[in-house]
Amino acid sequence: MAKKVRAIILRTAGTNCDQETAFAFRDSGADVELVHVNYLFQKVKRLDDYHILAIAGGFSYGDDISAGRILANELRLKLGQDIARFIKDGKLIIGICNGFQVLVKAGILPGSQGPDLKREEFVQQATLTTNDSGKFEDRWTYLKVSGRCAWTTGMEGIVYFPVAHGEGKFVCQNKRILRGIQDNDQVVFRYCAQDGRKTDYPGNPNGSCDEIAGITDATGHILGLMPHPERHFLFTQHPFWTRLAKKSRYGDGARVFQNGVTYIKKHC
Amino acid sequence: MIWRVEIKDKAGVFDAAGGSVAKDIQDLGIASVHKVCVEQVFLIEGQITVSQIERICRELLVDPVTQDFSFLPKPTPEDDTAQGLRTVEIAYNPGVMDPVEGSTLKGIADLGIVNVRSVRTAKKYLLYGCPSDKEISIIVNRVLSNKLIQHVVDHSQAVKTFTPLKEKQEVHVAHVDVLGASDKKLLEISAKGQLFLNINEMRAIKKHFKKLGRNPTDCELETIAQTWSEHCNHKTFRGDITYTMVQGRKKKTTRIRSLLKSTIMKATKEINAPWCVSVFHDNSGIVKFDQDSHVCFKVETHNHPSALEPFGGANTGIGGVIRDCLGTGLGAKPIANTDVFCFAPWDVPFDKLPEGALHPLRVMKGVVSGVRDYGNKMGIPTVNGTVVFHKDFIGNPLVYCGTVGIMPKNKVKKQARKGDLIVAFGGRTGRDGIHGATFSSGELTEDSEVVSSGAVQIGHPIQEKKVLDVLLQARDRDLYNAITDCGAGGFSSAVGEMGQQLGCRVYLEKAPTKYQGLNYEEIWISESQERMVVAVPKNKIDQLLKLFEDENVEAVVLGEFTGTKRLELFYKGVQVCNLDMDFLHDGVPRIAKKAVWAMPKIQEPVLAATEQMTETLKNVLSHPNICSKENIVRRYDHEVQGASVIKPFVGLKCDGPSDASVLRPKYDSVKGIAIANGINPRYGLIDPYWMAMSCIDEAVRQIICVGGSLDQIAILDNFCWGNPDKPDRLGSLVRAAQGCYDAAVGFRAPFISGKDSLYNEYAYQGKTISIPGTVLISALGIVKNVEKAVTMDFKQEGDLVYVIGKTFPELGGSAYYDSLGKLGVTVPKVHVKTAVKICAAVERAIAKGFVRSCHDCSDGGLAVALAEMAFAGGKGAEIFLSKVPASASQGRNDIVLFSESNSRFIVEVSQNKQKEFERLFQGLPCGLIGRVAPEESLVIHGLNGKICVQSDLRSLKQAWQRTLRW
Repeated sequence: MAKKVRAIILRTAGTNCDQETAFAFRDSGADVELVHVNYLFQKVKRLDDYHILAIAGGFSYGDDISAGRILANELRLKLGQDIARFIKDGKLIIGICNGFQVLVKAGILPGSQGPDLKREEFVQQATLTTNDSGKFEDRWTYLKVSGRCAWTTGMEGIVYFPVAHGEGKFVCQNKRILRGIQDNDQVVFRYCAQDGRKTDYPGNPNGSCDEIAGITDATGHILGLMPHPERHFLFTQHPFWTRLAKKSRYGDGARVFQNGVTYIKKHC
Repeated sequence: MIWRVEIKDKAGVFDAAGGSVAKDIQDLGIASVHKVCVEQVFLIEGQITVSQIERICRELLVDPVTQDFSFLPKPTPEDDTAQGLRTVEIAYNPGVMDPVEGSTLKGIADLGIVNVRSVRTAKKYLLYGCPSDKEISIIVNRVLSNKLIQHVVDHSQAVKTFTPLKEKQEVHVAHVDVLGASDKKLLEISAKGQLFLNINEMRAIKKHFKKLGRNPTDCELETIAQTWSEHCNHKTFRGDITYTMVQGRKKKTTRIRSLLKSTIMKATKEINAPWCVSVFHDNSGIVKFDQDSHVCFKVETHNHPSALEPFGGANTGIGGVIRDCLGTGLGAKPIANTDVFCFAPWDVPFDKLPEGALHPLRVMKGVVSGVRDYGNKMGIPTVNGTVVFHKDFIGNPLVYCGTVGIMPKNKVKKQARKGDLIVAFGGRTGRDGIHGATFSSGELTEDSEVVSSGAVQIGHPIQEKKVLDVLLQARDRDLYNAITDCGAGGFSSAVGEMGQQLGCRVYLEKAPTKYQGLNYEEIWISESQERMVVAVPKNKIDQLLKLFEDENVEAVVLGEFTGTKRLELFYKGVQVCNLDMDFLHDGVPRIAKKAVWAMPKIQEPVLAATEQMTETLKNVLSHPNICSKENIVRRYDHEVQGASVIKPFVGLKCDGPSDASVLRPKYDSVKGIAIANGINPRYGLIDPYWMAMSCIDEAVRQIICVGGSLDQIAILDNFCWGNPDKPDRLGSLVRAAQGCYDAAVGFRAPFISGKDSLYNEYAYQGKTISIPGTVLISALGIVKNVEKAVTMDFKQEGDLVYVIGKTFPELGGSAYYDSLGKLGVTVPKVHVKTAVKICAAVERAIAKGFVRSCHDCSDGGLAVALAEMAFAGGKGAEIFLSKVPASASQGRNDIVLFSESNSRFIVEVSQNKQKEFERLFQGLPCGLIGRVAPEESLVIHGLNGKICVQSDLRSLKQAWQRTLRW
């Protein structure tokens, strides 16, 4: 059992949700370090020293060429082995918004399917592409929780997180991959209406197939999602909290981070 | 060699970009194009093999899920003309910032491919249909490109290389002959050099150099022009003004020595608030926040560049004001942006557009995109703003960008010391933005786009984000003694300002440049973005440079602070400037101007009284200045950093307009800030004095609405006016400044910073269009406990609805009149003593928890405010106008419904708090006007008791939301 849960939040040119993500982990009981990717490439810092790897939201390298592409390549080409070992060790990874785009474009998510994790060659199988609306939008979305994922243990029903992105439409390379994700319980969040029913724009803010907002890998240790749980960490971040009775200091998103920290405490 | 890569969407992929271009083309009235596809083009130059280019495509440039690609070993495409298809390729002009080029170079290097020399990008538009050549040219100019920064690629011109040849430059110092110049010649020198200096200033320069017995170098003259420009020096606000006020037959003339010191700064001095930390001194105003931290606030304008290149203008406007915040004290962390725009109506027909001006719809789309791009990429939430429309913004749109920052309280003081090194860091220096400072000190004309194109730039937000990240680390390690940003005037004003007391020596060839061929003068005055300057003690320089290198931010030592009080510039060993700092900063002759303000000869319209006002209310809700701006606001990330407590849109469906935004800069504390803006140029057309008073009242009451306190509200002034050399323009400016003084003192809300942008006039074909003189008041309030904040949406059936504050017959300048094409003369006034009492009572009621919702009455008056509260909360209301505290309403419902009288709030109070609530308002105008209703409709009983407004909430909301859709 890990005494102290150590989380690393990657930082590079254009990372910009790092502070609130750090707060979410810290408040949940983790030791948090914000580390510029250069220090990992230079081996000044080592991924092995941490239990949780978080890739925060933002516009890494300006999302030039396409969202998350350049950072995805950097991780795949310069840190691929370290990340594969991190996954093999049963540690946790979370990618939020730009971090999700990075994980998908690096081929870390949805990852190889089935229990055989030795074929851990990262190959891109899906993408997050331009919203059907053609524009960046910041809006709150209702999400139905499903799947098997360490990050969402005990979360049920519908949660409310904001999205803020221009390239969040989840598309798979082919139907086989999509079916694999679905059949394997890898879909963790789906956009839905307030009452849980199927929804169109703007409830599904980007036109994602099967309303997919977040997925995990076959192990359930890696979570990638477009909506921002760290922006609904506190009750007062809810867009109409002034209409609600305060039951707790926390909002819907806090569970995600608390789950991550608790999981490590139990398993690592 | 050059490889050409073309990337297109796979069949079946939804092309949002192409669809949006096709719609823009249809909006121009061109029906001959039925479909548009957009392809991305990369031109990659270097010694690379086929397998390498293929790898670059597969692993970097192309998304394997959604895109296909092709490549050719030459820069030009294969001939792909076909019946029913026209292709147009658009690329950036040489030297224009294209961040993708740098990122692509990095991405290729990450693949281990090292022989690439340069990358260029272009967009290829496939226009399906049969447009004529004339239509193509219209599409290119109005939709696809802006010729100031882009061009149509001509494939018949063979390009062999993008890499410039090395040139060997002899340093040749040019002198300008002012000693032998007549007045006429002096003015010619000023005009030809785009110096925008007047004859007195040119004479002062001549006199100074006569004493020295030599002519100035070109660089010296430029430096003086930059430092003395209206933009940097605010000559009008600091100059002497003879002000005449005409009222009927009476004339009264007064002399004003410095408008700034006699109004804006005077108010701050008199209020003498103990929580003001630094005012009018630094790059932004600083006030106390809590025991450990201060907050700072600055609002800038970027009007002239936005008129010519809306995306780039707004983009670099945001970038600039963020750097102001970074350059405040020893550096503040930006936590919020605000954006206020003024445009001409977006449905102006093209044939009514003055020659050379861009269409307002295009300006609006470009400005919004520019703000979205920079703010979102920097990770700074855009939390508050508005958009105002008036026809006279046709040649000169206004773009106000503001940034709030937070800083440790021991990082306020900065002082470069003798011997400190001058270190420049961030972006590289190019030819962009040359003459920005002087250019914004003159009027725009139909030729501006040709003459001043160097002043237009595109920003690089990720560069600035890197600067921000590394700078705050350097600050916290105490690695430098002073900092400032490179804004207008570039190094010349940044280094010149920092070295004002000490003097400095600068070696210009040390500055990293974007490309070769810049001469020393261009390096010195270039306004390339994302650059800052710090003063670094010699013993900390290695540590600082290492830190910057670790974060991939370029930093170089340019020179040092000397203690000689001289500005000495060298280029490759040759001295190109040697100026006395005192002359540079204090030598500008005081300007003397005449100002006249006369009450305009306008009258109150006579309208027939009508009983039924439901349709009228819907029309007013649809008024461009009132309608929902959600279409714009959602494009901005208004929640990044996770500090938002009250967002721009609130209520049951997150679509009601909140008054002020509230943020909680420290997650573990309940202390917060509220940010609001007040603006209304229509009032200024009647009387700028009451415009200024009204704007301050509006900004203050918005802060109060959400739970702020009169104890601590700081405000900023931001004047955008026409040409101040014309007495009537200056007269109205003086009158507005006087209103600012009276209201600020009245509310005890000090100005902590401000800005002016003058010469907002557009000259064409012998005519001149001046913008309506417009003052923006931005307010920053401290909220003691954000968990007690209040929003504007109705919450509970049966709750009581009150109006606080008196309604006067003040429809002049109202949205109601405007929706009928009238202006009127009864502009809303401010009774500031009563206003303060009202605000204080509302503040107490909120603090005591009596208030369930609160909304200020502004544009559109009581009726609009009630409708907004109802549809935001999804709760109806039944209201009785006869209960509204009103004076002289002449029995007219429209006056009570739509008058925009200041200092009014609508408040929802639960029934069991009635007595306690009412006790707080004894002796103040306070009317219990109705209740929140169980059903979803708004019913308003007129003064005679008969129903005058009755509507379901859905159709009211639709009316409010239908206007701004693009």
